[in-house]
Amino acid sequence: MADIAFLLLIFFLVATTMDVDSGISRLLPAMPEEDQLDDESEIKERNVFVVLLNMNDELFVEKSIVDISELKDLTKEFFLNPQNRDNLSEKRQMYVEFFGDIMVSKGVISLRNDIGTSYGKYIAVQNELAAAVNELRDEICLQHFGRKYNDLDPLNPNDDAIIKSIKKVYPMAISEAEPKEIGKKTQ
Amino acid sequence: MAKFKKSTSKEVQAINTASLPDIVFMLLFFFMVTTVMRETSLKVRIQVPEATEIKKLEKKSLVSYIYIGTPHLALQRLYGSEPRIQLNDQFATKEDIRDFISSEREQMDEHQQKQMTVSLKIDRNTKMGIVTDVKQELRKASALKINYSSRKRVEQTY
Repeated sequence: MADIAFLLLIFFLVATTMDVDSGISRLLPAMPEEDQLDDESEIKERNVFVVLLNMNDELFVEKSIVDISELKDLTKEFFLNPQNRDNLSEKRQMYVEFFGDIMVSKGVISLRNDIGTSYGKYIAVQNELAAAVNELRDEICLQHFGRKYNDLDPLNPNDDAIIKSIKKVYPMAISEAEPKEIGKKTQ
Repeated sequence: MAKFKKSTSKEVQAINTASLPDIVFMLLFFFMVTTVMRETSLKVRIQVPEATEIKKLEKKSLVSYIYIGTPHLALQRLYGSEPRIQLNDQFATKEDIRDFISSEREQMDEHQQKQMTVSLKIDRNTKMGIVTDVKQELRKASALKINYSSRKRVEQTY
């Protein structure tokens, strides 16, 4: 009996794959309705953080070429705008639960890529942008609650409310251009 | 003192193995329950990119997979060396994605369909052209929750 059980056990031990799938989660925007107007003109230029990847995997941030290691800090500076510069994002006062009246950036990241951009580079850029927003969230969370953002438990109702508030202060505002625009860019 | 000596001078007894089958069965059941058999055999070579800001995918039953990469060497004579899309067990074109999504959706419970996630397992050297096409198809199929499958970066590579 034990022999058979051992045999089966060894079979399942070998056949088991314990790999957990992980990755960067994103929500795609819904397909626009045909009669919907382009409302992109409403966003001021200073509020758009243009990140562009060209066909040679070169990274352009606000029209100047930068190394990917600088991207995270540039993104954070764009959202925080500590010296209220004209070329970085505007801020508006907003009431958010737990934080009271707080200055929230109006900034949006616009990520564009070429057909010839490699996927690895694209993910590296997505990762840096996500890292920037996550660090901002971590900072405000440590400041107010003494905990890291990732340590908050979404299943706990109190923590969930905090997560929602922090997401309001620092939304993951990454907008990707419609592909037809990319085509225009490369022509 | 002599009393104690008497008891310790006995020979070491063999361990009782009567409960061994129980333990083995317990382990067996554990592995039987946790095992997920691989459903698809990969026809494309995929080396997913590395990232730090990753999240684990939960609820495997709600996840559908799309693979993009260059075909395996043995298959390259038939299918060429350009990156291809693989759905389930076969190569597909981007037009097939919508059918694939709707058939995957039908297999789920109605109240869970909104939580459907599409995991994109894409080789890091693939060009973005094909990836953008797939993303557009997913938007048309209104499968908006996606996950760019990537591994945890161990050290800073740049």
